Amino acid sequence: MLLAIDTSAGTSVAVVDRDLGVLAELTELDTRRHAEVIGSMIAEALRLSGVAVTDLSGVAVGMGPGPFTGLRVGIAAARAFAFGAHKPVVPVVSHDAIAFGATEPILVVTDARRREVYWSAYSGSDEQGLPVRTAGPGLVRPDDLPGAVAGYEGYRRVDAESVSGASIGLLAEGLYLHKRAFAGNDALYLRSPDIYVSAGPKRVS
Amino acid sequence: MTAGTAAERLVLGIETSCDETGIGIVRGSTLLANVISSSMEEHARYGGVVPEVAARAHLEALEPALRAALTEAGVTLEELDAIAVTSGPGLSGALMVGVGAAKALAVATGKPLYAVNHLVGHVGADVLRADGTEIELPTVALLVSGGHTSLLLVRDLVSDVELLGETIDDAAGEAFDKVARLLGLPYPGGPEIDRAAVGGDPKAIRFPRGLSLRKDMEKHRYDFSFSGLKTAVARWVEQKRDSGEEVPVADVAASFREAVADILLTKALAACADTGVKRLLLGGGVVANARIRQLATERCAAAGIELRIPPLDLCTDNGAMIAALGAQLMQAGHAPSGLDFGADSTLPVTTIQA
Ligand SMILES: [Zn+2]
Repeated sequence: MLLAIDTSAGTSVAVVDRDLGVLAELTELDTRRHAEVIGSMIAEALRLSGVAVTDLSGVAVGMGPGPFTGLRVGIAAARAFAFGAHKPVVPVVSHDAIAFGATEPILVVTDARRREVYWSAYSGSDEQGLPVRTAGPGLVRPDDLPGAVAGYEGYRRVDAESVSGASIGLLAEGLYLHKRAFAGNDALYLRSPDIYVSAGPKRVS
Repeated sequence: MTAGTAAERLVLGIETSCDETGIGIVRGSTLLANVISSSMEEHARYGGVVPEVAARAHLEALEPALRAALTEAGVTLEELDAIAVTSGPGLSGALMVGVGAAKALAVATGKPLYAVNHLVGHVGADVLRADGTEIELPTVALLVSGGHTSLLLVRDLVSDVELLGETIDDAAGEAFDKVARLLGLPYPGGPEIDRAAVGGDPKAIRFPRGLSLRKDMEKHRYDFSFSGLKTAVARWVEQKRDSGEEVPVADVAASFREAVADILLTKALAACADTGVKRLLLGGGVVANARIRQLATERCAAAGIELRIPPLDLCTDNGAMIAALGAQLMQAGHAPSGLDFGADSTLPVTTIQA
């Protein structure tokens, strides 16, 4: 049983079980209220599922790609919850959760703000039903997408506005069951933090 | 325990409003742990705090700091009575990391959560003094750091704090950083200016005291402005360089530092005089500046004002002061904040608890 959190787009929180499926899921699409809603959404997802904190086996979290401010809220919450509950964190690539279940080649595209998009390419699913990512996640201007992705024309493009917490959780269960690697522990910002830092002091006279 | 006095509460405080990730643990007014992880070095090459760099560092520092604080305090999460977190004011992206983490931790542990004001937290730090003397109220509080320059009148820590004035442009700490940079000194500027000023003449150059003229004093009696001072120093240094003369760094540093200390203390003591409150409390990282502490000591002594300066590691941003304020709120019977508050970068000082 996992608590699952994703804030790479909006905020989505779920409680899932490998056998019972999705026990509760809540999603808030507003991309500027992550810090405000995250606590109540976790509490409510647990309440709706009837699952006690002690019954969870871990906390799955989408590591992005996502615009940084919001993305961090979910990761911070997942880590703090896991710390408080004495459970492990299971990091997952957020785009993988969008591709989870697709059987054909798809190109997942999400908003990166600043007139750029995040993308990941998938050839489909493997025999365990887990998504097979062949390229990405990457960051480009929308116009440059065809050039950035090999075989672009052959993929069905999926523009996602949100990432489902339930998908994050079920994917994490699948990865664990089939002994696959989880995502790394680093948030997938895909952007340098200092892109808008000004140069040295200017003359005043 | 006598009737009417609440038990001392065991509270963990989380602070992420600027570039320090602070986790503190207190039992009432006793400090048990004060773990601070700073991203200051990462900001050094930019010459100032880069909000995104700070926020990323908070995310990575939070869990190790939580672990270290619990170990330092010798307590478990289960023993805590409450969790407190800074919900503002501060850098919004940085605040959100602490707020998100605090809420999740509160839900996971089932502990009540108090969202508190960072500036009032600086005042709250004074209850943790090791000498056991209790904070006396009302007091005027002068809080000076890289992120804020505020003058408060604190009548009651948990229910009555008034903003007398604040900076209308740069924070004093920022002015130190900027002047250090134009003198070719590294970041952070405060300690560098202090070092460079040794042997310098504080009266060598008369730099302007912002918002001190009579017309400004009518509208901005307790407000501060450091942008004009910074520009005046830059112009003075440029003129020296343009005429091929060597810049007397020690004199410039000492004169600049004198101007800042003078502005800060003139306004703070005016507030004490106007309000009839004979106490001044200093807080914020800039209090580490030797000249500011010295001038404060001299002027307060001359004016018959009692000066209080919390220990330095409680003056800079830290989680212990947030925990201390949370404990005060809880012990005074205030209800927890719930889970629906947001990170508020401009949280007014009158909102002690969100
Ligand atoms: Zn501060």
